[in-house]
Amino acid sequence: MSEVKRKYVTPGELIATGNYKPISNVIKVKDNFYAIKIGLAEISHEGIRVIPLSGPYIPKVDDLVIGKIVDYSAFSWEVDINSCFFAYLPAQSVFGRNFSPDRESLPERFSIGDLIYAKVVTYDRTRNPILSISGHGLGQIPKGEMVKIGPAKVPRLIGKKGSMIKTIESATNCRLIIGQNGIILIVGPPDGVLLATQAIRMVESEAHLASLVKDIQSLLSGSREV
Amino acid sequence: MVELINEKGLRIDGRGVDELRPLRIEVGVLKNADGSSYIEMGKNKIVAAVYGPKEVHPKHLALPDRSVLRCRYHMAPFSVDVRKPPQPSRREIEISKVIREALEPALILEEYPRTAINIYLEVLQADGGSRCAGITASAVALADAGISMRDMVVACAAGKISGQVVIDLDDTEDKEGDADLPIAIMPNLNQVTLFQLDGIMAPEEFEKAFNMAVSACHQIYEVQREALIDKYFGKGEAGEE
Repeated sequence: MSEVKRKYVTPGELIATGNYKPISNVIKVKDNFYAIKIGLAEISHEGIRVIPLSGPYIPKVDDLVIGKIVDYSAFSWEVDINSCFFAYLPAQSVFGRNFSPDRESLPERFSIGDLIYAKVVTYDRTRNPILSISGHGLGQIPKGEMVKIGPAKVPRLIGKKGSMIKTIESATNCRLIIGQNGIILIVGPPDGVLLATQAIRMVESEAHLASLVKDIQSLLSGSREV
Repeated sequence: MVELINEKGLRIDGRGVDELRPLRIEVGVLKNADGSSYIEMGKNKIVAAVYGPKEVHPKHLALPDRSVLRCRYHMAPFSVDVRKPPQPSRREIEISKVIREALEPALILEEYPRTAINIYLEVLQADGGSRCAGITASAVALADAGISMRDMVVACAAGKISGQVVIDLDDTEDKEGDADLPIAIMPNLNQVTLFQLDGIMAPEEFEKAFNMAVSACHQIYEVQREALIDKYFGKGEAGEE
């Protein structure tokens, strides 16, 4: 593996000069690369990217999100997905292609205030995202504790190939459902939920530190003895 | 007539001609806002809050290709020595517009189509140069909110008092002085985003004032940067994804 150089950057800060490929959160002015967000800049042979430490959730196709039903019409539900855009869940994707507003009633399936775990199926800049609940584990969320973190910190909570989430799950006997939009649902015994919430809060506040994994492990093992 | 510069070359508050007032910036002071900051520039105390991007209300104001930036500069009734009525005055509406236009070039609004970004500036105590301090604080709050920015924006005023060119005028100097030149720049891209001049300056005085204001902006930028670094990174080693 080639070497990756990291540094802290603020918007407008010069990251590097030369022939690189801008990957994300970087602008190129002549041969200079500037960060456009506060975060960690990574310079590697692939190019330059900035891992942001704050920012809104911008939907991406295939993202799994946790949303709250806020309204419904005859053909779709409106879902708040903690983003600057409301998402729509079309009734056809829930009731099937033969859906007819005469036969089925939307609020009987999901009413306002219900939480759903859903997948973003289409989104582009011109239209609001459309969700789907067809897929394993998707659909209404019956129970659990909801925790909100900054959407920019979700990748860190998941960890490399899900390592962080596995650590938290096995130490607390809880199941964590993570929405890419920064909403996390914890299901499990009450003391486990408490510990998992603490761990998630720690990930949020120490997301940029190299010592995070160690700190989380000591939090989880320390509290287990108590 | 007030003596603005004494025989030792010091200004009424004891500063030299090229000296800034004490400056302090804090990031993330408001929990409910998406991004926030607090600035103290001399006796100025300003809180900046950023909300957004979020859906636009009323809906017809939304733009299909980019976000709408809205700014509200407001002075608290207790911010000046004679109570200021709380409703937006002509001056506040104008300054809101000026601040918005100073920040707009730095923001990549095309990234958030059909949304709005709202900036609220609350002046708790005013002492001249509050529009500049407001711009500086807004830029920090926008960065805290994680909105894509080409560069930070920093503002500082220069001016002429008692025939001498000085920087960072306070209230008395602004009122009694001969000229006031507030500017805002994007320090890394080296571009000017706000440029106002009130009063009369000779071309060479103007040039001197402009250069002094630009170098003051660079000093303020360092404070902005440190405030952000301090909030987000504190101490500790850079981690990995």
